[in-house]
Amino acid sequence: MSKQHASKSTPNKASNHPAFPYQHLLGISQLNQYDIINLLDRAQAMIPISRQPRKTLSTLVGKTQINLFFENSTRTQASFEIAGKRLGAMVVNMAVKTSSLSKGETLIDTAATLNAMQPDVIVVRHGSAGAVELLSQKVECSVINAGDGAHEHPTQALLDALTIRHHKGMLAGLKVAICGDIANSRVARSNLALLGSLNVRTRVIAPKTLLPAGVENLCSEVFNDMEQGLKDVDVVMMLRLQKERSTNSLIPSEREYYRFYGLDEKKLSYAKPDAIIMHPGPMNRGVEIDPAVADSPMSVITDQVEMGVAVRMAVLEALLNKSDIIEDGAAK
Amino acid sequence: MSAPMLIKNAHIIDPASDFDEIGSLLIENGKICSRSSDNDTGAPEGSTIIDAKGMLLGPGLVDLRVFTGEPGHEYRETFASAANAAAAGGITSFVCMPDTMPAIDDGAVVDFIINRAKANSCVNILPSAAISKGLKGEEITEFGLLKDAGAVCLSEGRKSIQSAALLRTAFTYAKNFEMPIMHHLCDYGLKGKGVMHKGLFATTLGLGAIAPECETIPLNRDLILAKATGVNYHAAQVSCAKSITILEYEKQDSFEISAGVCINNLTLNELDVGQYRTFFKLNPPLRGEDDRMALIAGLNSGAIDTIHSGHDPQDVEVKRRPFAEATDGAIGLETMFSAAMRLVHSGDVKLKTVLQAMTSRPAQILGLPIGTLAIGSNADFFLADLNYPWVNNAEQIISRSKNTAFEGARFSGKIMATYVGGKKIFQHQE
Repeated sequence: MSKQHASKSTPNKASNHPAFPYQHLLGISQLNQYDIINLLDRAQAMIPISRQPRKTLSTLVGKTQINLFFENSTRTQASFEIAGKRLGAMVVNMAVKTSSLSKGETLIDTAATLNAMQPDVIVVRHGSAGAVELLSQKVECSVINAGDGAHEHPTQALLDALTIRHHKGMLAGLKVAICGDIANSRVARSNLALLGSLNVRTRVIAPKTLLPAGVENLCSEVFNDMEQGLKDVDVVMMLRLQKERSTNSLIPSEREYYRFYGLDEKKLSYAKPDAIIMHPGPMNRGVEIDPAVADSPMSVITDQVEMGVAVRMAVLEALLNKSDIIEDGAAK
Repeated sequence: MSAPMLIKNAHIIDPASDFDEIGSLLIENGKICSRSSDNDTGAPEGSTIIDAKGMLLGPGLVDLRVFTGEPGHEYRETFASAANAAAAGGITSFVCMPDTMPAIDDGAVVDFIINRAKANSCVNILPSAAISKGLKGEEITEFGLLKDAGAVCLSEGRKSIQSAALLRTAFTYAKNFEMPIMHHLCDYGLKGKGVMHKGLFATTLGLGAIAPECETIPLNRDLILAKATGVNYHAAQVSCAKSITILEYEKQDSFEISAGVCINNLTLNELDVGQYRTFFKLNPPLRGEDDRMALIAGLNSGAIDTIHSGHDPQDVEVKRRPFAEATDGAIGLETMFSAAMRLVHSGDVKLKTVLQAMTSRPAQILGLPIGTLAIGSNADFFLADLNYPWVNNAEQIISRSKNTAFEGARFSGKIMATYVGGKKIFQHQE
């Protein structure tokens, strides 16, 4: 009861939202449309908190959050760290270099070790698809997937949806184009799953070498040409060309990629005049996006970063703020 | 010598001689002495008489593809534990793959294996020898000396030779010594970082894909070279529909080429991987249902000759990992027969066809007098109840490693007893 009372001090009470009935957030594919809207509404309510002069809540005071990043990430890790701290949680960043930890110790051992430290949530990024789910099976606390291989990146898809909703007022009925390295992108997979379940018309645009098998089943339309693909879209979502992955052998050069698939003024002119431009970052300027386009008024890329903190606060709160109630009500 | 033994009232099937009748089998001095469809055959004085009413009596199964951990990885599997697992599965002879530590690429290692197996194994263990020295894919091994030492065939085990030039030399030299060659098919360049069958399911899981071309291109290359050299060539394991088309075409004018399929690819498909279940991470990968149906059709048409277990024991450490990082392989000695009975019960394949692919056909490829109930041959056989229902519980697994692709699977049909040289080496316990 005292917990709920404490949350009353927040501008938007958590209790206004339906309960989030999961222990973990491993992917968008585990969610139905009501879960997604629930999380977006919760995130919407978190936006003003980060704009206040004093940004810290006491919602998660006494909770421990471990950020376990097996892949390097500055922005996602910082976003989760800020989100946790703004809710009052104690946040620990485990610096896991792929070279040191995973060589001697298996993921399962790492999970067992961390589990023994009694955290309340572990935020995990890992280079292998399915690794976060595997880890979640071996710990008792909540686990949030911050990206696993080319599988899922659920908080990115949620923040993208929140950004679109923020600018367009709604999601259903919009035309969204996702452009670039679909084959290696977890962002694309999570976005297609999320937008698809909210009745958004999704298109993917990429050279054939960057399209995975069966992608036509995951979106409304597939294009290999930017001009055709961008025609009349409301949202242009560019993907980072994953230079660090095996993309090198799939496209011959960055200049050719830029010529045919880089978002410049001309290609952008095929989209609706009020289209917005998104990018999950970090951008390769001059590869997948023209610097001028990236900085244009149509770009909402920095808004995405802001929404990212709100979404992660919402997810942490949705997963963690119920555990006390569960403990009070149930035997265990 | 032990007393003669008469097994009567059994449903005897011997694919090698096309024998399929209710009858009796007389065993004396470890050999099959007589076989008849007449149950009143008099047994010699002092014989043991076994009434096998309702049982299938078949020749001991011959498995062309088994990995043990000996020598080098005894924690995975020893000859003794592999042999006990084989016995429980009705397998009385198996070919052990050369990727051991050290590799079986030298006559001395073949000798070691034959001696170790003789002392520790209740079934016949037949060593294959590496095609290339150290399995490095660079130079061929001493085929002649390896054959003299007792290697029954050549194989590169899990590895696939990429150089057509080396394969040509190997095929030509193997023909010189009349050694069968069994080759696993995989184009490493095409495989890249692929870990499962290419398709929507792999895309959804975000896993690297293995396209059928990864198998069909080396298959085509091997068949061209096999025909050019006349070698006794066995495509170790095929997994996709396109390979069946290729084999059906190429086998029209050649008796020297054959192909095998793993029981896993015949009875499971890509969807069994589910949420990154690494016990289903196999090589070749489990493919689509269309591919599986094509493999079954290939078995019926004769495009596929043999069924093997692909028994590949791996410990938990290398399996409980993210899918892409986990080691390939599943055990299979104990479940091959029962899994194959699924094909029979579903009406997809005739019992005789399945038995032939696990007995006389692999024996023929090796050129060995096994996998048969012919008079005078070693009394290696099994008794099975084709309708016996059972569940493959992990705690009952005999193999030292528990990485089965059939964990908790329900089967109809089980090996009830297995005999090698007339001696009972396995008896099912209720």
